[in-house]
Amino acid sequence: MAINYYQPLYEVMRDRDRCIKCRACERQCANEVHSYDEECDVMISDSRQCVDCQRCVSICPTNALKIANNPNTFRQNSNWSQQIMTEVYKQAETGGVLLSAMGNPKEYPVYWDKILLNASQVTNPPIDPLREPMETKVFLGKKPKNVKFNKDGTINTDLPPTLELSTPIMFSAMSYGSISKNAHESLARAATELGIYYNTGEGGLHKDFYKYGPNTIVQVASGRFGVFRDYLEAGAAVEIKMGQGAKPGIGGHLPGAKILEDISKTRMIPMGTDAISPAPHHDIYSIEDLRQLVFSLKEATCYKKPVIVKIAAVHNVAAIASGIARSGADIIAIDGYRGGTGAAPTRIRDNVGIPIELALASVDQRLRDEGIRNEVSIVVAGSVRSSADVVKAIALGADAVYIGTAALLALGCHLCRSCQTGRCNWGIATQRPDLVKRLNPDIGYKRLVNLIHAWDHEIKEMMGGMGINSVEALRGNRLMLRGVGLTEKELEVLGIQHAGQ
Amino acid sequence: MKKVYVNEDWCLACHLCEYYCAAANSGAGSMIKAFAGGKKPIPRIKVEEGSGINFAVQCRHCDEPACVKGCITGALSVKDGVISCDESRCVGCYTCVMSCPYGCIVISEDSSVIQKCDLCLKNNNGEPACVKGCPNGAIVLEER
Amino acid sequence: MKYVIIGNSAAAIGGVQGIRESDREGEITIVTDEAYHTYSRPLISYWLGGKVTDQNMYYRSKDFYKDNNVKVLFSRRAQKIEKSSVTLDNGDKLAFDKLLVATGSKPFIPPMKGLDKVKEQYTFMTWDSVKAIKKKVKKHSKVLIIGAGLIGLKAAEALYHLNADITVVDLADRILPSILDVDAGKIMQKHIEDKGTKIILSASVEEFSPKSAKLTNGETVDFDILIVAVGVRPNTELIAEAGGKVEKGIITDDTQLTTLKNVYAAGDCTVSHDCSTDTDKILALLPNAFMQGEIAGKNMAGVEAHYQNAIPMNAIGFYGLHIITAGSYDGEEYTQQDPAKEQYKKLVFKDGLLKGYILMGDVARAGIYTSMIKERIPLDNVDIELLKERPQMMMFGKARRVEKLGGLTVKE
Repeated sequence: MAINYYQPLYEVMRDRDRCIKCRACERQCANEVHSYDEECDVMISDSRQCVDCQRCVSICPTNALKIANNPNTFRQNSNWSQQIMTEVYKQAETGGVLLSAMGNPKEYPVYWDKILLNASQVTNPPIDPLREPMETKVFLGKKPKNVKFNKDGTINTDLPPTLELSTPIMFSAMSYGSISKNAHESLARAATELGIYYNTGEGGLHKDFYKYGPNTIVQVASGRFGVFRDYLEAGAAVEIKMGQGAKPGIGGHLPGAKILEDISKTRMIPMGTDAISPAPHHDIYSIEDLRQLVFSLKEATCYKKPVIVKIAAVHNVAAIASGIARSGADIIAIDGYRGGTGAAPTRIRDNVGIPIELALASVDQRLRDEGIRNEVSIVVAGSVRSSADVVKAIALGADAVYIGTAALLALGCHLCRSCQTGRCNWGIATQRPDLVKRLNPDIGYKRLVNLIHAWDHEIKEMMGGMGINSVEALRGNRLMLRGVGLTEKELEVLGIQHAGQ
Repeated sequence: MKKVYVNEDWCLACHLCEYYCAAANSGAGSMIKAFAGGKKPIPRIKVEEGSGINFAVQCRHCDEPACVKGCITGALSVKDGVISCDESRCVGCYTCVMSCPYGCIVISEDSSVIQKCDLCLKNNNGEPACVKGCPNGAIVLEER
Repeated sequence: MKYVIIGNSAAAIGGVQGIRESDREGEITIVTDEAYHTYSRPLISYWLGGKVTDQNMYYRSKDFYKDNNVKVLFSRRAQKIEKSSVTLDNGDKLAFDKLLVATGSKPFIPPMKGLDKVKEQYTFMTWDSVKAIKKKVKKHSKVLIIGAGLIGLKAAEALYHLNADITVVDLADRILPSILDVDAGKIMQKHIEDKGTKIILSASVEEFSPKSAKLTNGETVDFDILIVAVGVRPNTELIAEAGGKVEKGIITDDTQLTTLKNVYAAGDCTVSHDCSTDTDKILALLPNAFMQGEIAGKNMAGVEAHYQNAIPMNAIGFYGLHIITAGSYDGEEYTQQDPAKEQYKKLVFKDGLLKGYILMGDVARAGIYTSMIKERIPLDNVDIELLKERPQMMMFGKARRVEKLGGLTVKE
């Protein structure tokens, strides 16, 4: 003890007047925080094991539990914060890389919150979405620049393949392995019911979910797990994952302990072996190499499915996007630095990449400047938290957004950011059968459907207020945006004016 | 008729249904009061748990109820498909305990009478407490 | 359609309910030699012991006859069954299209020397018989009960609640031989004796004098009240005299039809088929009576129904110690016991089936075992270790659980 003792971050507080010792907290905590002492007839808690996932708090039938910040404080120091000091202690003890999960929690600027939307007054009146038609449907893929006619004078409708979305929101890539089968089923069923898409992530597609193929984007990542003909054919689109917002520049590592029978079959790797996604695709070192893979996948799917290239938002994202647009990809997905993950080295997660708002604005502008904006659709990801974020993203130039964290919240996630432990008490980021069954897809998919319906209503409401009646008409309409508290440079990158201008 | 059904795929063995049932039928008005001072009201639902398999068992409200047919006092009766027990008429002979193929008749704390699920019709709970209290949709009230 | 039912207990009421399920119109007449609204016979000991009030003696609600449109002739005896009528003790003839004989049984009183000299002697069968006992019994009344079977000990328990000084005498070497084995019997005997009731076994009465009995073992037991509870005999005379087949009891087929046309019989007066041993015997049990009556009623009203899966079973408690037993005890045994805690459990297996069980003390969920016996569920289909541990649905395969608890059918 002593030198290697560190205080728990949270304290489990039990109101003994309310506790009836039903032991539900004990049964529901995979971290074994709670236990019952028969001899003393009392419930006890070991706060050191607590990750503040709120499962016990949510399930306690008498609201007897609260989890609070541990009031224990080191001597105040603005430079050496308690967290930084604790991390030093941990590394001094273990000698290991710090691991974290979900998105960057640091206090970087959230540009969504520094952008305000317009509304119509007097002239160009607002539209009431309850009374007038309002279109949120979008198509993702290459758009023709002009109308083409056949020799007989009829319109040429031979268009490149697109994805049709009932509303400009998709569920972002989360692999089976990083999340549970029930989480995947919830996403797949919700996407199907909503007329949108979910994304397999790099873990392959479980055989039970091929039936949701028409609403599935199948991913091809550097590990190429689970990629084979049927897989490519099953999806509505194929996504090449070049990078991920939470950990740009590095690969992935799913420990062998999580490669159970079903996952091993789905990923097509032996049971118990580590699933390692290399940092690069070993066959891609240039845009030309990427183009080869794009066209290999198009060839494999008979040019019937759009190909998406997903990258992390990094410093020279605009140039990279331009290259991708020229590689033949139909859709570019850009993942900002606040994007989530099942596990990432803490330092990478918290210090690499750039905000999605800035990346989006510069990519959209660059593609327009180069006259190739219609060659690709832009999908943005990396902490789209609400319908307002969606509307702002579209006005900044996105065709649609990916949501990951928000979708997991709908499934019960409380952002305890402990996915890497594999003991998710909500049955999401775990493969332990007793935990996985805590996420009932019948409940989960309905909650996802509710969420997207709610956002869709709100998007219409906000668009109506601006006097705009379709997402198509909002896209790239930066005049609808104003910045607050932003510097000249930030406004310049975002391509928007300051409030009051 | 709507009945309570359990789906063992979703049962987490949290045992909350037992607590919600016991509290709802205790007449105490709240969970805390029902268990105050170490009281242990008896639930009419029972969670069985084993290696990876869990499920709750409660009265199936059978169409041919062996418990009602065997009841020596007439305390058990069927009304609109719901089997309930008039505890004032029960003498605790446990003939119903012997007859119920699901083991759903429970014995009161003082062993004087039996208690059973009546779909929360008598306790003004509305929807059965077990259904309402199940955190994972493993217990549902529906027509099948 | 004219229905006549002789009797007014469980089998008769089952008959009424069985008929009324399909026939709301037909005339039903009940003939009973008692003067009471249908009451529950097993409750007489509870009534005597003060646990059940007059009001709660009734087997069905006050409005039962009215609601079911039943005419009842109280305090009337059926004397003779003819082809399509029943002659009553007042000479009236009741015409019937279908007749249900639910005459139950009567106490058996073996010949005992000097019994006629005993003024205060009672049986333990009807409400009237316990009413008579209640009038006589006082605190510390000395009561001698002949018979340590179900009825005798139930009587003893009731009188224990009335603070009587009780002695039970039985010819057998153990108590409750019809439902308990030797070990379980010992636990129960000790339990009862610990409460102050004296039990004398392997003895019978050599001779009675008005207030005492000289036993074959040389003891003399003084008493104020004598209760004879050595057994019962089915009331089969009506059927026998009408030419119907009678063996140990009235013979019926599985629709409860006797060998007489249009005449059905149900309850303690009939012979049942015990499916746990595949033998015919009298199963004098209330659930059995009701269900036979109900089956008879259905068939009388023209709805075909068969009574199957009957087994001997008893749920009963004495002086607060509960037992539930069922089936037969012939086979391979598995026992668990803790006499100090008054816990006993025996499971009997034969031919790959659970054939019988005895549970004493902890009787929770015993019905799951009963269903194993009745439905003849092969042991191969259950987890034997779980079966032995305690009655639980877990021991069955998922398919049965999903069907029974989930209301769905799945393939295993």
